Amino acid sequence: MNRVYLSHNSIVSALGFNSPEVVRKIAQEISGISLQNDKELFPEPFYASVVSSEKLEEEFLKLNPKKAYTRLEKMMLLALQPVIETSNVQMDEKVGLIISTTKGNIDVLENKSPFSKERAYLSALGKEIQDFFGFKTEPILLSNACVSGVLAIAVAKRLIQQGIFSDVFIVAGDIVTQFTLSGFSSFQAMSSQPCKPYSKDRDGITLGELSASVLITSNKENLCKEAICVLGDASCNDANHISGPSRTGEGLYRSVSGALQEACLSTRDIDFISAHGTATLFNDEMEAVAFNRLSMQDTPLHSLKGYLGHTLGASGLVETIIGMHSLAQNMLYTSLGLGSMGVSLPLNVITKPEYKNIKTFLKTASGFGGCNTAVIFQKAISC
Amino acid sequence: MSNLKEELKTKIIEQLNLEDITVGDIADDDSLFGDGLGLDSIDALELIVMLDKDYGIKLSDPKEGRKIFESIETMANYIASHRTK
Amino acid sequence: MKTNFHIESYCSIKENKVILNGDLIVKIDVKTYSEFIKHAYKAIDIKYPKFFKMDNLSKLAFVAAEVLLGKEPTNENKNIAIVFSNKASSLDTDRMHQETINSPEYYYPSPAIFVYTLPNICMGEISIKHKLLTENSFFIFNHFNAYYLHAYTNSLLQNKKTEKVLCGWINYDGEDYEAFVYLVSQKGYWQHTTEEITRLYTI
Repeated sequence: MNRVYLSHNSIVSALGFNSPEVVRKIAQEISGISLQNDKELFPEPFYASVVSSEKLEEEFLKLNPKKAYTRLEKMMLLALQPVIETSNVQMDEKVGLIISTTKGNIDVLENKSPFSKERAYLSALGKEIQDFFGFKTEPILLSNACVSGVLAIAVAKRLIQQGIFSDVFIVAGDIVTQFTLSGFSSFQAMSSQPCKPYSKDRDGITLGELSASVLITSNKENLCKEAICVLGDASCNDANHISGPSRTGEGLYRSVSGALQEACLSTRDIDFISAHGTATLFNDEMEAVAFNRLSMQDTPLHSLKGYLGHTLGASGLVETIIGMHSLAQNMLYTSLGLGSMGVSLPLNVITKPEYKNIKTFLKTASGFGGCNTAVIFQKAISC
Repeated sequence: MSNLKEELKTKIIEQLNLEDITVGDIADDDSLFGDGLGLDSIDALELIVMLDKDYGIKLSDPKEGRKIFESIETMANYIASHRTK
Repeated sequence: MKTNFHIESYCSIKENKVILNGDLIVKIDVKTYSEFIKHAYKAIDIKYPKFFKMDNLSKLAFVAAEVLLGKEPTNENKNIAIVFSNKASSLDTDRMHQETINSPEYYYPSPAIFVYTLPNICMGEISIKHKLLTENSFFIFNHFNAYYLHAYTNSLLQNKKTEKVLCGWINYDGEDYEAFVYLVSQKGYWQHTTEEITRLYTI
């Protein structure tokens, strides 16, 4: 089977509007989370990682837009643009577009939105992105809760290996809205502080917004220097509860086992884990159970939610992109927000940035609906 | 008090979409979760919203709910002494 | 790529009817979706109280899956992946959630509604009922897209990620509903090709 690579990439976020800038800040343990006081969004002050509207407008004007675009569309177009440009891929019927999002343009349902409510259809969002860059194929929108961003990579890989596409551009994004803030707060899942994955005093998630984009290609020419290849992937539903993570971590356990099997690797070959780590009591505990069942409790591990918040359908993709840069820099990034360990089983949570020769990492994600996905990546030069 | 209990039973059946269960099927001391009515964690969160919306009681710690929502009896007692509407 | 997978069975649900492999199995003359889907649930003879807690999209998916998988023995090693698609995502329930927060004076978001504001939840419901510890993916297209579904399903089967795939279209939008779900595996009467899927979808 053909190898599939992740190459040119971009991030539009609270920590910056390009991948190197975001990664540099993460290496310096700088968080994009700050206290927000916007009653239009939520009745009380809340922590979130949000994109500066001013900067977004300023950067977006450079794309010479000919019509009005929503906040999320602007972010997605801005993330895709440099990826398409630097990859130099010609748009033809072998070039795919996968859009990963949980809620898309959900803010157009608000009474004050200037956009038609029709824009809330994800296919309408897809059409805007497709038309802007002139994609020749129908966009594939993937909306699979919080695993969407990682699963999108697996979907791209599979469709490339099926011969449907030669190259796929993935763009992932979700924004901080009334909709998600109110929903997660009704779930009593919102943290009263910037989120603290795996920490004893963790009390829930911090939401974030961003867009991220990456080129997935079977072509080994013109890869960027931080390119990686996909060695294996697997997904597995817990079949347990639609919102609560499995107490035994079964779905995550099986996903990681499946990904290792496809990659023909053992747990010893994994240099670090980029885990989901949402900082809810049950998610982090579930992960600790699953990684211990896999005997991966000594593998260095981080959650990046402390930098960018939980960005829902974008989280898996942005965390994979940061993982690419982590391998390229040979540096393990800190899992921000850990006080004293607060899960019932040991985990080797990374507490300070560390230079280390690394070449392979595991990315995992879990979400509502009981879904879990695991993907294993390696430096392109090693595979 | 018995009115409040009946009211709670009706609300729980309606709002939590308990099909084929009537007010008469729920005893005051039946446990609402687990083997009793079989409510789950989402129902518990929904009951927290109900306390707020219908009785003006705000629970900030979901763990508090566990004791309050043991049965219709415990719920009614808690509401009677804490309601603001 | 040449493959030899087949469609074992298919089910379509629309216009007050449930059809299994071309045969009408449920038909009722009612005005609303909620009456219809409750009738369909009762007609296929299942006892599953959680059904009544589900949102409209999940109920539709659940009944379609029940029609196709109801006879499969329940055990944890059953390897059936789920690949669903639609146009409206979870918008019907999204609109309900938005209504609970539109007014600052009456702001009571409901967790029981919010949890269904993701389209993949319906696959979670099916996974729980049938104990499917398997792959799930939910795609959104403007129209039923047999081409992408066919390719993706083949990839799962060829790479031995699963033995069977429960695949199709589950759309709920206002009172508009349509399900077309089919089970793909090694054996079956219908060829698993884009043309055949399209044919079964349009008849």
